[in-house]
Amino acid sequence: MSTFNEEYSVPIKSAADIVVARQKGRALAIQLGFNGSDPTMIAAAISEVARNIVNHAKNGEIVLSGIHDSRRHGIQVVARDDGPGIPNVDQAMQYGFSSNKGMGVGLPGAKWLMDEFDIQSQVGKGTRVSMRKWVS
Amino acid sequence: MRRQASCLLDPLKPVHVPILKQGGYLIATIQSVLSDADLLQLRDDLADRVGQFRSRGVIIDVTVLDVIDSFATRTLRGVAHMLKLRGADTVIVGIQPDVAFAMVQLGLTLEGVGTALDLEEGLAFLNAKAKRGGVVARTGGAGSRRSPPGPPYDSQVKRGGSRR
Repeated sequence: MSTFNEEYSVPIKSAADIVVARQKGRALAIQLGFNGSDPTMIAAAISEVARNIVNHAKNGEIVLSGIHDSRRHGIQVVARDDGPGIPNVDQAMQYGFSSNKGMGVGLPGAKWLMDEFDIQSQVGKGTRVSMRKWVS
Repeated sequence: MRRQASCLLDPLKPVHVPILKQGGYLIATIQSVLSDADLLQLRDDLADRVGQFRSRGVIIDVTVLDVIDSFATRTLRGVAHMLKLRGADTVIVGIQPDVAFAMVQLGLTLEGVGTALDLEEGLAFLNAKAKRGGVVARTGGAGSRRSPPGPPYDSQVKRGGSRR
């Protein structure tokens, strides 16, 4: 697995950065050959994981990159933060579960929008969400 | 596009969505991609104007929104329910096909909130609602010349009344 040259990092410090991240994500998705409703799906998934950073960690980043293997290519979105971490990841991935005022839609929703989804979280250290979508 | 977005997203300068008065209705047409703070600003502005102009209906045109995520959905739903308590019906118009598809994938619904295809249908929706409620809409807009729409609107509106 190798990456394209482009790798964009968008710092997420406030709610306004969410919009920047999803616009960059949409632009990269189109550049990578996604069409139809896929760029919007990717932008929506980025919006949800970026919002997760703003709501829970205050400070983090979204790293966007093009990826490919022997058969296909796609986009990778990594959302990283150094926030409090998620004590129970399984619970956080349940639709409708929310630890604060949210709807509990964000993380499970982002998983549905993308092809691959991985979340790693350590209490006191932070959370890393990695998502991929392939051009179909 | 990116440069434009960053200058519009100066957190110190909230984007005010222009709100037009059209007879007894208010029309808020979102002009650019909005941050969370801008959406909350729109909510507060609409709550004020509904009182100021004694409006019976509000149309929020979201045609330009690139994504309607969980926060935006929750906010729009909150705006509609809040305005309902102030005596005004809200209809969201212009949700793009891709945006709607992503909302479905995310499991997001605008339950209890009126939706219509575009501004014209939105006006027809409010006019039909006013007629059914026995309230004479104080409007002379293009929508009032349209024939009242059929049952789909009706069921949507009734469902809204029973929620929350």
